[in-house]
Amino acid sequence: MTSFDPVRVRADIPLMHRVINDRPITYLDSGASSLTPRSVIEAMDRYYQHHHANVHRGVYQTANEATSVYEGARERTARFLNAPGGSQEIVFTKNATEAFNLLARSWGAASLSAGDVVLVSEMEHHANIVPWFQLRDSHGIEVRFIPVGDDFRLDVTRIEELMRGVKLVSVTAMSNVLGTINPIRELAEVAHAHGALIAVDGAQSVAHSSTDLVALDVDFLAFSAHKMLGPTGLGVLWAREDILSTMPPFLGGGGMIKDVSVDGYSAATGPSRFEAGTPPIAETAGLTAAITYLEGLGMDNIAAYEKELTGDALTRLALEFNGRVRVIGPSDTQGRGGVISLDVEGVHPHDVAQVLDQFGVCVRPGHHCAKPLMKRFGLAATARASFGPYSLVSDTDVLLEALAHAVTMFG
Amino acid sequence: MANLDDLYREIILDHYRSPRNRGELGPPATRVEGFNPLCGDEIVVHVLVEDGVVTDIKLTGHGCSISQASSSLMSSAVKGKSVEQVRGTIESFKRLMTVHESQLDDSARERESVEANADGDLRRLGELAALAGVVKFPVRIKCATLAWNTLTQALDESEDDVH
Repeated sequence: MTSFDPVRVRADIPLMHRVINDRPITYLDSGASSLTPRSVIEAMDRYYQHHHANVHRGVYQTANEATSVYEGARERTARFLNAPGGSQEIVFTKNATEAFNLLARSWGAASLSAGDVVLVSEMEHHANIVPWFQLRDSHGIEVRFIPVGDDFRLDVTRIEELMRGVKLVSVTAMSNVLGTINPIRELAEVAHAHGALIAVDGAQSVAHSSTDLVALDVDFLAFSAHKMLGPTGLGVLWAREDILSTMPPFLGGGGMIKDVSVDGYSAATGPSRFEAGTPPIAETAGLTAAITYLEGLGMDNIAAYEKELTGDALTRLALEFNGRVRVIGPSDTQGRGGVISLDVEGVHPHDVAQVLDQFGVCVRPGHHCAKPLMKRFGLAATARASFGPYSLVSDTDVLLEALAHAVTMFG
Repeated sequence: MANLDDLYREIILDHYRSPRNRGELGPPATRVEGFNPLCGDEIVVHVLVEDGVVTDIKLTGHGCSISQASSSLMSSAVKGKSVEQVRGTIESFKRLMTVHESQLDDSARERESVEANADGDLRRLGELAALAGVVKFPVRIKCATLAWNTLTQALDESEDDVH
């Protein structure tokens, strides 16, 4: 049973009042970006109205307040993730993609050399593939892929073989296309048993279930604020403190130094070493409010509720279209989240999304920045619906109504 | 409000379901691939130009209904026409696909002339005019123009071969 009221959550989201093509918005694109609660918008507004100044070093009142907002968000994020080393393990970035680039360019460039292997999976987002290919080009590393089985899950039957020469395993906690939830704890054990580290793409997972970094026993985690009810322009790289302290700076400039002279520079210690230039400050106020909002609902409650929604949608999709609408992903809710990719027979995903838009339904057509996965299943694109804590069964009603229209129209 | 029926006219759905001139042409025909990396639409144009006339055209590829119907309609419209006529049709079609933006940006006088021009184009374009509604859906314009840009490139290449 859910212990929060999703209708009240929806009431907290100003954008839910939009009318699209004469119909109330049916927002099913939380996998791309979540909608923003009023409290998050107000926290950023309050910051600009009352506290705005540049962070660090200022001695006046508002500069201190801005620094408190920024560093407070670091503390709040560390607690949210149960980060073993606390706030000094939280690096703020622009988004999850930049977090992966930071990981590759800093840790990867310093720790990996020709022949070392980074093991990713076929279901990764390009953000967890391209930076490693770039490191392959510059440092001669090998990028290897864990295959995805016909059951839409990682095929780890040959994992021992795949682990040969691996220095880093970098996988997603939840696929942004399939909805598949990967066994991160088990993969961490395998990685560590082989002397490798493990990085996790948490972009699709952190807002939809609880994340306990102590229990997961991983080494790096990347995610974006805007997929967890927070603002755009802010992401996080969490890294275990003993590793982070050895990583060289990524971007150079103000805020990341200990000292600069005409002869050179020395880098600051702690996460600020990776935060050159004025960071997104208002956005961290928004992130703190988003975490407070999510925890108010309860991460386990959110996971349970979205599982219900997903189960209902999967059941009805299987029943209502005589096989003309195929779900590209696990067919039951075991080990999967609320991301549902659809392949509609005879209707291109862009046309599906276009027809759905007429019903006010927001879904995403395309390859979802996961082209290797698309190729694996012989698809150019899918139309993807994804849930958030403000989603309702009635959203699925409208989705099915609109899908039925698309199927008939292109019949 | 842009209506779905403006986009998915019956003739477009017909060309999507039963595309014309599907297939390939071997040498000396020119083959050019067109690709839209954003949505994955792909169109391969095979065009045979003899004595300044497009004597044959074949298409392969995959993508959304707009990109595929547009390429099919295009193939029917240009087959057997002189290269000069074809280039004129391409120009008219592309103007049709940009009318919307001009209407948003330009002054009333310019808008009138654009519309007059567009009306003339619509008459000249015949069946192709069914695609006119695409301009009301700006993100789909690139779907409609993909085949035409690819054909332009194919004509350029075939003329390079001659000279």
